[in-house]
Amino acid sequence: MYRILSAEKLNAVIYRMVVEAPRVAEHCLPGQFIIVRADEEGERIPLTICDYDRKAGTITIVFQPIGNSTKRLAEFKTGDYFMDFVGPLGKPSDLVNTPIEELKKRHIVFIAGGVGTAPVYCQVKWLHEHGVTADVIIGCKTHDILIMEDEFKKVCNLYVTTDDGSYQRKGMVTVCLQDLIEKEGKHYDWCVAIGPMIMMKFVCKLTAQYGIHTVVSMNPIMVDGTGMCGACRLLVDGQVKFACVDGPEFDGHKVDFDSAMQRMRMYKTEEGRAILAEQEGDTHHGGCGYCGGDK
Amino acid sequence: MAIEVDMMKKVPVREQDPKVRATNFDEVCLGYNAEEAQAESTRCLNCKNPKCVQGCPVSINIPAFIQQIKGGDFKGAYETISESSSLPAVCGRVCPQETQCEGKCIRGIKGEPVSIGKLERFTADWAKANGVKPSAPAVKNGHKVAVIGAGPSGLTCAGDLAKMGYDVTIFEALHKAGGVLAYGIPEFRLPKDRVVEKEIDNVKGLGVKIETDVVIGKSTTIDELMDKEGYEAVFIGSGAGLPRFMNIPGETALGVFSANEYLTRNNLMKAYRDDYYTPIHKGKKVIVVGGGNVAMDAARTALRLGAEVHIVYRRSEEELPARREEVHHAKEEGIVFNLLTNPVEIIEDEETGWVKAVKLIRMELGEPDASGRRRPVEIPGSEYVMDCDTVIMALGTSPNPLISSTTKGLEVNKRQCIVADEATGQTSREGVFAGGDAVTGAATVILAMGAGKDAAKAIDEYIRSKNS
Ligand SMILES: Cc1cc2nc3c(=O)[nH]c(=O)nc-3n(C[C@H](O)[C@H](O)[C@H](O)COP(=O)(O)OP(=O)(O)OC[C@H]3O[C@@H](n4cnc5c(N)ncnc54)[C@H](O)[C@@H]3O)c2cc1C
Ligand SMILES: Cc1cc2nc3c(=O)[nH]c(=O)nc-3n(C[C@H](O)[C@H](O)[C@H](O)COP(=O)(O)OP(=O)(O)OC[C@H]3O[C@@H](n4cnc5c(N)ncnc54)[C@H](O)[C@@H]3O)c2cc1C
Ligand code: SF4
Ligand code: SF4
Ligand code: FES
Repeated sequence: MYRILSAEKLNAVIYRMVVEAPRVAEHCLPGQFIIVRADEEGERIPLTICDYDRKAGTITIVFQPIGNSTKRLAEFKTGDYFMDFVGPLGKPSDLVNTPIEELKKRHIVFIAGGVGTAPVYCQVKWLHEHGVTADVIIGCKTHDILIMEDEFKKVCNLYVTTDDGSYQRKGMVTVCLQDLIEKEGKHYDWCVAIGPMIMMKFVCKLTAQYGIHTVVSMNPIMVDGTGMCGACRLLVDGQVKFACVDGPEFDGHKVDFDSAMQRMRMYKTEEGRAILAEQEGDTHHGGCGYCGGDK
Repeated sequence: MAIEVDMMKKVPVREQDPKVRATNFDEVCLGYNAEEAQAESTRCLNCKNPKCVQGCPVSINIPAFIQQIKGGDFKGAYETISESSSLPAVCGRVCPQETQCEGKCIRGIKGEPVSIGKLERFTADWAKANGVKPSAPAVKNGHKVAVIGAGPSGLTCAGDLAKMGYDVTIFEALHKAGGVLAYGIPEFRLPKDRVVEKEIDNVKGLGVKIETDVVIGKSTTIDELMDKEGYEAVFIGSGAGLPRFMNIPGETALGVFSANEYLTRNNLMKAYRDDYYTPIHKGKKVIVVGGGNVAMDAARTALRLGAEVHIVYRRSEEELPARREEVHHAKEEGIVFNLLTNPVEIIEDEETGWVKAVKLIRMELGEPDASGRRRPVEIPGSEYVMDCDTVIMALGTSPNPLISSTTKGLEVNKRQCIVADEATGQTSREGVFAGGDAVTGAATVILAMGAGKDAAKAIDEYIRSKNS
């Protein structure tokens, strides 16, 4: 059993929890994820590691309840226990395996959307601790769902953009990136995008035009997270890859986002569908025709 | 009323009616009761040179335990079996007896062999029902051994070492112990609460600790277990869990699963029960590709979830690698076998992305291949299309590279199998032993147990020699 040392709400829909998991905390690196199971009847839910404290033996997770199992997670309070908490899974981010001198020469921009903001923090903080300062663009619908602003400000150059212009810049993250490059003289050669698939897809389209190497963190449906079930398979450069062991980070310019988004809809529930539709906006209705008949 | 025994035939075992069982997940075979077991035991000739024992990878003293059943000494029979096997309730149910113990039985020359598996199962179930447990461990000797994987090989190795006095911890990646027994083999063949968990409790009762949710190679490594946590030896029983796909067009379509995913959702995560959150795609018409135990299990699971199920296998009936009993049961339950057939393409609905059909090709058997079986070759121009909404790939599995890639000096062969001495399990790395599917590739429960047993002996010798 894994004790929850703190559970809090970051905004109306996003939760943050710090969980005691010494084996995970001792070995994890930014970019990796864990799988949590709330109780005996719960599903195995993959969540990215958003922070860790090796001394205290804790892992921070940030999540948005979208279906039954994540809603169940959200009901847990400080002092409760999760039944299972396994990790770290997946490969660490490329950045942490790159020599620091090399990183210092790079011009890195992170693009975060929605709940993807939290895992970006883990990487940016790691870079900051190693003397590398990156630019970070956080995109959100409106000001009141922005999370972790203060934490970010301490470790990077932060740009916030809201769809409705209710805070700082206005427009999608892609518009912000374009403005930074075209109007504000920024130059980037490395981009990391974490957020809804649709956001990552469009970021990749844009960065391809600028020739910026782009890494994305994929979050397909998973079961075991160790390479055993194949549920998480994706097409990358025409090859089948298992996101849980070959990823979760991949070269965004090689990922087949359309098939990945389609696979996400496999076990869709009513609620999940609604959130997915909202996150992915109009483009969600890419003519899949599937939305109507699965329940 | 005494049971009349035909010496040429096994005493029939009671089973759930095929029509009824096709709609539930309860165990298919009900097993012998005491009377039936005793009747069957009279068929054993108590051979001086018992061939059956040679057929059993862990050399259970078969004639001895059968004689004990005959004499009504069920406790004695259990003790006899326990000398050689720590999971008799499992083996009695899932061993391919026709090619092992029963395949060698003298009775089998003229008639049917003695029903050794069913007798073993009876004994183990009787012990469970009557609270008989394997004898308590010896005094602790203070030496620590780590076992990776809580499948049959790991459980056996751990149990044997605990009996010798070792302080043993099993590290298991999943949230439940049992390996394939927990996530692969379905409830209707191997009940989880009643059989698997009880067998695991017995191993724990010997003093073995099981730490779940630890992925060796990720949560920690073999090097750290040995260097930092003080384990003097390690046994790797991590199985062969990596699923193979066919690499044909359409394989990433929705509704195409590996058997591992399908079975894990249903067995480990209990998707068939309403009280669990796990979703599963039930399917109306399901095609299962493959002919082994895994294919039979996936097919019969899909059937129980309500689908019409077709097995597609590229060789003929004779080559089906599954246990005979499973093939027989599958047919009784109404699963359709499309033999000498192979998929060439999965056709997906362009609008929905879901699989809507499979293009199949007919095969014929040509010259024998490396495995000694006649190689299936495609018959040109014989393609045809079969509609379906679900495809389950049960093509075999290979060992997961997670451990080999994170352990210094651990040699693997080109199939990713860990290289280990056949008699001792010794790997290329000192103090590290391995066995079961991780070494042989996908095989059987009893072979994995045999390997765990041999390794326990070798580990004991290794630690003694190091400390003397
Ligand atoms: C490697 C990895 C890392 C992840 N990290 C995080 C994280 O840090 N924080 C977090 O909140 N979530 C994260 N996710 C997603 C999270 O695991 C899912 O939201 C969760 O499994 C949904 O479970 P559920 O039972 O509540 O919803 P379900 O009822 O199972 O699903 C509802 C619907 O939502 C869809 N869905 C699944 N994943 C997502 C997603 N990521 N975004 C939108 N829709 C989705 C499903 O296809 C389904 O249709 C991650 C996923 C992966 C694979
Ligand atoms: C569906 C199915 C049906 C079968 N039916 C039969 C049958 O009827 N009769 C028969 O004799 N055999 C059958 N088999 C084969 C048999 O189950 C296997 O040969 C046997 O279980 C192998 O045992 P093992 O201990 O080597 O590995 P496994 O049972 O595979 O156990 C390995 C364990 O190690 C764990 N593990 C893996 N990697 C790590 C890691 N890095 N860190 C920690 N833990 C790890 C796994 O999670 C797993 O629990 C079947 C197999 C399947 C899949
Ligand atoms: S363990 Fe398997 S092979 Fe050995 S006697 Fe029992 S059923 Fe037969
Ligand atoms: S070979 Fe058959 S008859 Fe002979 S001892 Fe073994 S089970 Fe009995
Ligand atoms: S989650 Fe099962 S293989 Fe990746």
